[in-house]
Amino acid sequence: MALDEYQKRDFKVIGKRVSRPDGIDKVTGRALYGADFYAPGMLVGKVLRSPHAHAKINSIDTSAAAKLPGVKAIVTGNDWPGHAAGEALMVQENNLAMGKALFDGHGVAAVAATSPDVADAALKLIKVDYELLPHVTDIAEAVKPGSPIVTEGVRGKKVPEDMSDNCTGYCAFGHGDLEAGFAKADLILERTFKTSSTHQGYIEPHACLATFGPDGRADLFCCTQGHYYIRQLCAEILGLDQSSIRVTASEIGGGFGGKTTAFIEPIAMLLSQKAGRPVKMVMTRDEVFKATGPTVASMSDIKIGMTSDGKITAAEALIRYEGGAWHNDTIYPGAQSAFACYDLEAVMARGVNVLTNRPKQAAYRAPGAPQSIYAVESVIDEMCQQLGLDPIDTRLKNAAKKGTKSSYGPTYDEIGLIPLLEAAKAHPHYSAPLGKNQGRGFSCGFWFNFGGETSVTLGINFDGTATLVEGNPDIGGSRASMSMMAAEELGIPYEKVRTVIADTASLGHNEVSHGSRVTFAVGLATIKAARAAIKEMCRRAAAVWGIDEDAVVWEDGFAKPAGPNAGDHEPMSLAEIAKNSPRTGGPISGHHEVTAEGAGVSFGVHLCDLEVDPETGATEVKRYTVFQDAGKAIHPDYVEGQMQGGAVQGIGWALNEEYIYGSDGRLQNAGFLDYRIPVASDLPKIDTVILEIPNPGHPYGVRGVGETGIVPPLAALSNAVSHAIGKRMFELPMSPPRILAAIKDA
Amino acid sequence: MVKVQIWGSLRSMTDDCEFVEVEASTFKGVLDALVRAHPALKEQIDAGVSMGIDGLIVRESWFYPVKPDSEVVLMPLMQGG
Repeated sequence: MALDEYQKRDFKVIGKRVSRPDGIDKVTGRALYGADFYAPGMLVGKVLRSPHAHAKINSIDTSAAAKLPGVKAIVTGNDWPGHAAGEALMVQENNLAMGKALFDGHGVAAVAATSPDVADAALKLIKVDYELLPHVTDIAEAVKPGSPIVTEGVRGKKVPEDMSDNCTGYCAFGHGDLEAGFAKADLILERTFKTSSTHQGYIEPHACLATFGPDGRADLFCCTQGHYYIRQLCAEILGLDQSSIRVTASEIGGGFGGKTTAFIEPIAMLLSQKAGRPVKMVMTRDEVFKATGPTVASMSDIKIGMTSDGKITAAEALIRYEGGAWHNDTIYPGAQSAFACYDLEAVMARGVNVLTNRPKQAAYRAPGAPQSIYAVESVIDEMCQQLGLDPIDTRLKNAAKKGTKSSYGPTYDEIGLIPLLEAAKAHPHYSAPLGKNQGRGFSCGFWFNFGGETSVTLGINFDGTATLVEGNPDIGGSRASMSMMAAEELGIPYEKVRTVIADTASLGHNEVSHGSRVTFAVGLATIKAARAAIKEMCRRAAAVWGIDEDAVVWEDGFAKPAGPNAGDHEPMSLAEIAKNSPRTGGPISGHHEVTAEGAGVSFGVHLCDLEVDPETGATEVKRYTVFQDAGKAIHPDYVEGQMQGGAVQGIGWALNEEYIYGSDGRLQNAGFLDYRIPVASDLPKIDTVILEIPNPGHPYGVRGVGETGIVPPLAALSNAVSHAIGKRMFELPMSPPRILAAIKDA
Repeated sequence: MVKVQIWGSLRSMTDDCEFVEVEASTFKGVLDALVRAHPALKEQIDAGVSMGIDGLIVRESWFYPVKPDSEVVLMPLMQGG
């Protein structure tokens, strides 16, 4: 992939707000989600979960449960075949414990039975002999020497000596002379910030149906962001060929990164293999909170030096991320992202991963970036406050641009941060008056985006329509966007293209729907598949006309002679070429497979007005505007939806959402009544401003937009609350009790 | 020769050098040459790395071209949600 993909053009379909192809199915109940699959003879699978945060499992006695009529299979961690390694081994152990329960809710055994009641009864008959071990669930405690150790012998090689053996990884990114940079500063601020674990909050719980045949071949239906990866994990864990497993992705009721890995699928496969019958598993909401993958919690030290006129002279960060009981690499993007918005001569961001007795973290939109950028943007806001500087002007003075050496290494090409800042500065929102107890907050945000492995096939049907087959679950409107791009290339109406999601046996490998990659990468492959089909259609027309295929061009859905020398031939429509295709060489398809590179980084800036009730500490968001560079918005409704959705999830993260653990190490708020996500009545309309600075790595200029929107809200909200109450906030969520405490301290 | 920038916490494996010069013309060539020059980098490279090449983040394409004057930055493997 090169940076010369983009070509400016006038679009006929792209940029329109066409009807979504999944809309009617979803509002009428016809759409099939993870729990909607059934099979003859199907059993119900359920998991027995640890009530302890940290315990050695001395024994598991399943004999009484096995005798219960209707119980067809029981498995424990001892039943894993022993094939898994690396990430698959961690997933396997996270699904069913192997010798130790590492967090409250950790699976220890699973049952397949003829009914839910029998399965529940069987779980109660399983006797687990636990030997309780000291636990740690708080990141600050887990880092300290002397803290209970989650897993012995996994200390990272380069972890600072003053940190405990729970610290499994260390990284550092940056350049320049920090000491010299700080010496030039008129103001140096050092601050520490904390964020809590939050859950992606998808409404649909994890669900799957595994059917294992006597021939050793299996079918798996599940809700996931990446069914090819689920197939890979199950094959590695169970020691099977990938070709022996066919995975079909259901419609998805939200994922946001949380459905990029497996929490029940390998268990269902194991139970089905043992029982010789299909096994269906559906998580309860309690299980979703306790045993899937929330975000990392964080504790970040930030130090920034600034001149009195707002130039940042040096910036330093130490971020500590807690992601549960297994090592993860989220510190990498966290540290890389921390200062990515700025053009800095001296910068260093270091990261440390910390183990705790909590569930294994999973991705959540722009994993790692919201936490570190929240801390950085909070310090910059406080510096502007202390120096009497305008927050946007100060960012403009320091903003990264084309030619800036980023804080994580590469030099930026065309990026949109400065146009976004200028748009925010000029927007009426920025100068609107504020009322009593109200504050305005501002923050920048950044995310990398990437492309990844992608396969698509585009079939030209005999009636002049087209069917696009792609392999990425539609988590954000991709079927509409792909149909639009195919229609644009082919020159036929959007309604004439249907995009379907293939199962893993029907198309080559496709990377998970993550990294804001789908509209970029699958779109790129779709365009190229369409161009391959067009090339073949031109060849067919040339054959009919008896001219060289190079003498035929494609315009607006018609093959046409390239010029007068090609002869006087009536343009031939796609429908006509398709109808005659059986007689001109056979069916016509376009195919493209690629590891897409050139995704282009993404920036966004958010403005937030809110009001704090000084009596209760409750916060009401009054006005919110998102500015984001989409490169090219294929379907603006969906782009705006991503921007609004990211903002809303960030608002929840900033104000209310957190995993609350008791001193016993158990999760105390595993449900939507006690884990408070924002609902429509909590929010104003989220306004959006889409900028389009083309990504040179995509034929239409597309940049991914799915993740950046969750990055700025944390600091935008924190800065707004800090201004509203006259007291700087250093910890999320800013729940009413925490805000009241801050007001009383002021 | 291609000048490859090594991220901060990996520099202990390159004798504290921020930049390593290697003979290579592709993404994969750079990785192979880095391991030859500094075998301690193998564990991280096998675990997965991306590369900034002339400002573009290349996640894993072995044959992506690298020119002698390219800006090349070794990076952790990109992930996303």
